[in-house]
Amino acid sequence: MRNVFTICGKELKSYFTSPIAYLLMALFGLIFGYFFASATVFFVNAGLRQQLGGQQQPMSINEYVISPLLGNASVVGLFLIPLISMRLFAEEKRTGTIELLMTSPIRDWEIILGKWLGAMSMYLCVLGVSALNVLLLFAWGRPDWRPILTGYLGLILQGGTVLAIGTFISTTTKNQIIAGAATFSVCLLLWVLSWVSSYNDAPWAQAVAYCSILTHFEPFSKGIIDTKDLVFYISAIFLGLFLTSRSLESLRWRA
Amino acid sequence: MIKVEGLTKRYARNVAVKNISFEVGQGEIVGFLGKNGAGKTTTMRVLTCFLPPTAGKASVAGFDVLEQAIEVKKRIGYLPETPPLYPEMEIATYLTFVARLKGIPHAEIQKRVDEVCERTAIADVKHTIIGKLSKGYRQRVGLAQAIIHNPPVLILDEPTSGLDPEQQREARQLIASLSGDHTIILSTHILSEVEQSCTKVIIINNGEIVASDSVANLHHRRRATESVHVEVAGAPANQVRQRLEQVAGVASVEGVDLPNSAGNDGLVSFEVHSLENYSVRPELARAIVQSGWNLTELRPVGESLEEIFLELTKSETPAVNKEEEVVAQ
Repeated sequence: MRNVFTICGKELKSYFTSPIAYLLMALFGLIFGYFFASATVFFVNAGLRQQLGGQQQPMSINEYVISPLLGNASVVGLFLIPLISMRLFAEEKRTGTIELLMTSPIRDWEIILGKWLGAMSMYLCVLGVSALNVLLLFAWGRPDWRPILTGYLGLILQGGTVLAIGTFISTTTKNQIIAGAATFSVCLLLWVLSWVSSYNDAPWAQAVAYCSILTHFEPFSKGIIDTKDLVFYISAIFLGLFLTSRSLESLRWRA
Repeated sequence: MIKVEGLTKRYARNVAVKNISFEVGQGEIVGFLGKNGAGKTTTMRVLTCFLPPTAGKASVAGFDVLEQAIEVKKRIGYLPETPPLYPEMEIATYLTFVARLKGIPHAEIQKRVDEVCERTAIADVKHTIIGKLSKGYRQRVGLAQAIIHNPPVLILDEPTSGLDPEQQREARQLIASLSGDHTIILSTHILSEVEQSCTKVIIINNGEIVASDSVANLHHRRRATESVHVEVAGAPANQVRQRLEQVAGVASVEGVDLPNSAGNDGLVSFEVHSLENYSVRPELARAIVQSGWNLTELRPVGESLEEIFLELTKSETPAVNKEEEVVAQ
């Protein structure tokens, strides 16, 4: 485990010694801030109109602001996460430092887990920026905190899945741009898979839609932790990391 | 300490190393000599468990590189051809990271980092970012990285490549200072380096070992027959040749064209090859002087490791190319 933390710490540090960490946090902060501002402005206006119309039932801030906001965050995540994962192995392969890792007395899975956890920590920092916005809601309102937590859990699981896929793709090339672009395409594909079910009810279409990462996120944003979604994300993470370890091993044999 | 038996490494399209076997004893410094692409790096990568062998066995300190890779890796310090450095890190941070990877106990890390910085003379630049270092310093950091866990075996892939002569000398001194408590394999294509710092030479060509011996033995092997360059002034060439051929122990005499000798006070030169176990130089000198000619030069040729190396690695490529390579080196 010590080795895992050594690698994880090194990865996280290298994100913050290059501009990429700050760039990602700033971009995410900007986009999320924009969504946040427009969602709250909409909510305030709609709430006012409702009160003037004489309705008694207050609007739920969770339903109208937080849930759609987290949904947006998950889509934005799909675009930003490839930028986190692309360098993981591609850069080590290009500079030859992979030789240091692979000739040190550590196991392949320790390298992989360390790198994935490092990328996860980076992703958590990016998500942390959005938490600043959400916390503001507590200052002026009383949102239910439980769906917010499940929503973030969903974001973390979804991010972990994309990062695991990205880690695998990063082992297949020396070129960060290729790794990033390929991961991005796969993410995009995994997103739009869910659209199939909207115009087709056949069982195969349902099966294809099931593979979409975003459909499994929706329940989380509404405050529901469904075992089938948990299982989906966790097994997808395992699959991604397993493929990474196979790919790393094949590097040795092909080299 | 290191044992390689029938090692073969095949890549998709070509065979990099063909059925090589050698052994390295404790405390030996072995020079791995060969042209670029001869299979040096591949062999080293197999020994460091970076690549698995296609066939054959290799073991370090009694541990097999395939079966007990972790044990082997603990005992090896490896400097690849390009030092594996993270350009965005400070030297001290980098060495601390490597120390952790190599499993040095937490309490000793700081001490070990300071020690290797001292040893490789990078203590004064410890807090510089690696990306800003010159080539020579990077190589030293690479070496520091290889010795940080005080491994019994050091594998250095071209440790002096790309350094200026002064830095090369320093690197060699550093390597020499490491001998004794470490078993070292270093690869190079610089022959003088092997002569200066190695106890044993393994010459590898096209993936096969063509010679494996001590430096002294390799010299000796060549000395069984002698080649002498002779330059004589004030005599016609054919007469000199006849006289030289009569000397006892001479096998053949070849004329050598001097670049500036044409019509130039009859300066003629020859390369004389002796029969086995004959030392012909004193006899040659006497013969020339007694004939009343001026002996201007008499020197043994073809005794350097360079000649041995070129002879052993001779392939179908024309001789001209090879000379160019030597010049390039």
